[in-house]
Amino acid sequence: MAESGNGCQCREIPFAQVKETVARLCIEANCVLGDDMVRALENGLKAEESETGKEIFQQLLKNQEIARADMMPICQDTGWAVVWVEIGSEVRITGGALGTAIQEGVAKGYTEGYLRKSIVADPIRRKNTGNNTPAIVYYEIVPGNKLKITVQPKGGGSENMSEVKMLSAADGVEGIKRFVVDRVWRSQANPCPPIIVGVGIGGTFEKCAQLAKRALLREVGSVHPDPFYAQLEQELLQEINKLGIGPQGFGGRVTALAVFIEAFPCHIAMMPCAVNINCHAARHKSAIL
Amino acid sequence: MTSDKKHITTPLTEEVVRNLRAGDAVLLSGKIYTARDLAHRRLVESLERGEKLPFQIQGAVVYYVGPSPAKPGKPIGACGPTTSYRMDPYTPKLLSVGLKGMIGKGNRSPAVIEALKQYCAVYFAAVGGAAALLAQRVKQATPVAYEDLGPEAVQELLVEDLPLIVVNDCYGGDLYEEGVRRFRKEG
Repeated sequence: MAESGNGCQCREIPFAQVKETVARLCIEANCVLGDDMVRALENGLKAEESETGKEIFQQLLKNQEIARADMMPICQDTGWAVVWVEIGSEVRITGGALGTAIQEGVAKGYTEGYLRKSIVADPIRRKNTGNNTPAIVYYEIVPGNKLKITVQPKGGGSENMSEVKMLSAADGVEGIKRFVVDRVWRSQANPCPPIIVGVGIGGTFEKCAQLAKRALLREVGSVHPDPFYAQLEQELLQEINKLGIGPQGFGGRVTALAVFIEAFPCHIAMMPCAVNINCHAARHKSAIL
Repeated sequence: MTSDKKHITTPLTEEVVRNLRAGDAVLLSGKIYTARDLAHRRLVESLERGEKLPFQIQGAVVYYVGPSPAKPGKPIGACGPTTSYRMDPYTPKLLSVGLKGMIGKGNRSPAVIEALKQYCAVYFAAVGGAAALLAQRVKQATPVAYEDLGPEAVQELLVEDLPLIVVNDCYGGDLYEEGVRRFRKEG
């Protein structure tokens, strides 16, 4: 603890510690699939009826074993590094700015971890930045003296199948269901099913997209704390799995492994809805400093 | 599909292509070439200028992949397929000069499916995301062209028993359409 000029008792975290942590999380997230996802793939294998679909699940389970053992990326698309930061109001970073530590950590992790650099500096002129920066960073200031960092590498194939729609209140829950299921139907094999579907409802145009992305951080197998949304998640999952797209789009029973919803207060004139699709490698790793 | 996989070798002949049907599981061996978005643009621009391509296109198979960097001592990093539709605008041109096979994931455009019939070629899918498993089947990787494109550079890969599934055959067969139709539940 260090006392600053204005009398605030601040916990100091060195710049280097943040940078090293981010670098480690980038590598671990890309090479070690979460236990929840491994269980979800095992359950998918049991539920799938298509022979080709079963073979896909077996390949994916074998793939994550090889990746974990060799510390090789689960997927060659090691993604945008999306970084979620919860910083306690009593935390101060010493030796440099927090934002710089995160960007330098991503550059270090992607370089030293032999992860693919997929970011171009300009959307039209398309020159690769060479170190996978800039990362997309979301900050939230929370009470306390801890710093929580989550790295969520997000692949381009599934991201391209995502969408925001400005629904109106009159569209109701049926409008949301139609939009989400239709978005998955139009995606077919492209986002590498079996998928995880993140749905954001409410907020503004950009807020609901962020909610959909944050929904993808939920542990697979977890149940929404609000029974209304827990039921809506189950109904959406059933509707999606009736589509028959199946693993890799070759036809089958398991198109999605989970649907996660995040809802937020809404303006009286609006009901925006966003769908952010993740492939079967729903990757994310967190650390608390 | 685990039991009776067809073993095939590059360069692909018309006879081999005619023997493949949508839904077949295949193990591919031989040399293949990596190429994705920007590499495709450059290949087609070369053809339009009347230049030679940087590899022998007759009977060739291209793999839509942007591998992660190889660790020391390994020929390649993780190397699963990327989404194919982005290459659709360039594909009929490459098929017209002798390309026989493509490896990617996801649906192709009607124009590509038509060109597969016209030029007797085949579209395979590898399992998207199975990148560590697929990397084990790559024995050697040699840069061929466009090294300035980083992960999009063209490389020659020597592969052994690369596990693939035939999606679009040269008869108009389409596994995505047939498979989903079989499992879709209405209502």
